[in-house]
Amino acid sequence: MDNTTRYNRLLERFRNGDLDRRNFLGLIGAAGAAYGLQTPFARTALAQDVQQVRFDGWGGVVSEAFRKHAFDPYTAATGINVVDGTFSGGDEYLAQVRSSQEGEYNIAHLSGVFDYARYVNLDLTTKLNIANIPNMDLVMDALTDAYRRVTPDYLSAVPYNYGTTGLAYNRKYISDEEMKEKGAKILIDEAYKDKIGGWSDWRTRIWYGALQTGQDPNNITDIEAVWDAIRSHRDLALKYWGSGAELMSLLAEEEIYVTEGWSGRIAALQEQGHDIGYYDPPNGFGWQECLFVIKGSPVEACEELLNFMLAPETSIAVAEGQNYPPALDGTKVDLGSKIPTLPAYDPSGTLEALTFADPAYWNGNEAEWSETFSRVQRGF
Amino acid sequence: MSIERREARQPWILLSPALGAVGLLLIVPLLFIVVYSFWLRSATGGDTAGFHLDNWIKALTDPFYRYILLNTLKIAAITTVLCALLGYPAAYFIARSKGNKMILLLLMMLPFWISYIIRTMSWINILGASGALNSGLMALGVINEPLQMLYNEAAVILGLVHFLLPFMVLNVYVSLEGIDTNLEDAATSLGATRWQSFLQVTLPLSLPGLAAGGLLCFVLGAGTYITPLVLGGPRDAMFANLVFEAIITQLNWPLGSALSLLLLMVLGVLVAIYNRYLGMAQLAKGLG
Repeated sequence: MDNTTRYNRLLERFRNGDLDRRNFLGLIGAAGAAYGLQTPFARTALAQDVQQVRFDGWGGVVSEAFRKHAFDPYTAATGINVVDGTFSGGDEYLAQVRSSQEGEYNIAHLSGVFDYARYVNLDLTTKLNIANIPNMDLVMDALTDAYRRVTPDYLSAVPYNYGTTGLAYNRKYISDEEMKEKGAKILIDEAYKDKIGGWSDWRTRIWYGALQTGQDPNNITDIEAVWDAIRSHRDLALKYWGSGAELMSLLAEEEIYVTEGWSGRIAALQEQGHDIGYYDPPNGFGWQECLFVIKGSPVEACEELLNFMLAPETSIAVAEGQNYPPALDGTKVDLGSKIPTLPAYDPSGTLEALTFADPAYWNGNEAEWSETFSRVQRGF
Repeated sequence: MSIERREARQPWILLSPALGAVGLLLIVPLLFIVVYSFWLRSATGGDTAGFHLDNWIKALTDPFYRYILLNTLKIAAITTVLCALLGYPAAYFIARSKGNKMILLLLMMLPFWISYIIRTMSWINILGASGALNSGLMALGVINEPLQMLYNEAAVILGLVHFLLPFMVLNVYVSLEGIDTNLEDAATSLGATRWQSFLQVTLPLSLPGLAAGGLLCFVLGAGTYITPLVLGGPRDAMFANLVFEAIITQLNWPLGSALSLLLLMVLGVLVAIYNRYLGMAQLAKGLG
């Protein structure tokens, strides 16, 4: 019997007069106390029946596509409910996971290989049995290998989609030719003072600082030059944006003419009819997202759900909704007509054209660089 | 048990649910934060337990944190003064109006029915490059290019005044309502002009309300982080933004704990000074 049924029966007894108010409230309080006390120890109850799996993602059209194509069919097939949560940022979500009990959060739609590495470093991983996820055969090896370099002996996630953080610009004020000529340096071009934007994320700022100073973002040799480039950008920028919605609003309202932007969000702006160009400069910022299974989760149930989520019809529906290409290999799966037109899409299935962040390098510098960026941003 | 002892215990019995809630939901979490502030962030992002003063030394001696803290107090002070200047006449008007006070108070409370974030973001549609003000001025031919009114410190202060003004108006209103209007009449009957009667009778008597509103505006203003995030430029940050960044972006919970306690202590000192000279009773009246 589940807890809801137990509560309803108790409530009915109380309403029928079989239970006085004092006892009713006492039992409710005792149930609450018991739940609060048992949770830390529930992690040892590995043989418990799995009744639900929690998934956390970015919400919006992605959640709708997951619900329709993966969660509901999964519940119909297994009887396990999928609780669907959302978050606004990976950092914020990690803070929630760290302060939760094991098993409270199960699967998350995480960004970047460095996020994967952060969860590994914080001992939040689970060892997946890939044999239980047959649809992994359809996924590009290049994406899976990035995770295997972090955890060579196992995987705690499956790749799901990828994209780039390239240069987005208003074609009314900046031509395609000018953008190609100036590349990342357009973000520190004084001609566009107060019409430049940028993501407030320290990694992106440093990545583009490296490009502006002619350095390899995965092997920066002169970090002081990068900080100077970030200072120049800060002084010319109107606003650091903090979310995809804010990015789209700033560009659509012509508050800014040029910024870095997420490929999927810029594709969405283009779909809406805005004349916004998108350009991935050489060594532009490529990234991938995964479905990560968090420590303490019911592993087999999660593996089965991952298989539903990786199924081509689900992956393609989600990809078309969020405008990011799926992790599925286009040489193995027919991805339809829209996906090959998306920014950052790689028909070869090798992703050799994209540059991804080296997780060991970036996470190794995270503590120092994230704090220094906070100071540089405020004029130091 | 004697009647005296039972009567002595009764207030504590009645207070126990509230004290329990404050203890569990405020004091205990606060103690956790105190303990955390002495820990250290490990290289992998985890925490290293122990008793280390590093975070406190950094928070107290680093000029960066001092600069942002002083800037936060400056922004909160400017906001408070503006709220007082704008809020007092509004409160006076409501207190002295006849018949429609409830409607005016209701109108003043209306913004509270809308999310603070939405209210803050509404300024983008008013002051933005394609916002109502710029569009209107351009349509009238007053300007040729949009004026840059957003994403600077002035916009942050504007957003804070918008958020905090009702707190000031309510406190001053409560204070003015408690003043016997016969005192003003007495002053004018003794030869004072209306302005003199206001300056020498009404204003001094309403100062406790003004101070209570000022304290609320200052404390709430100094603790905000949404407004600079939405309306500020790249450089604009308040101390709460640094706490957010330390905890969420840098995963440095120990440093974030020390910073949040530092802000709490600074604001706590201000509240203590207020309580020493004016008492908390006036604040309770305004909030009630």
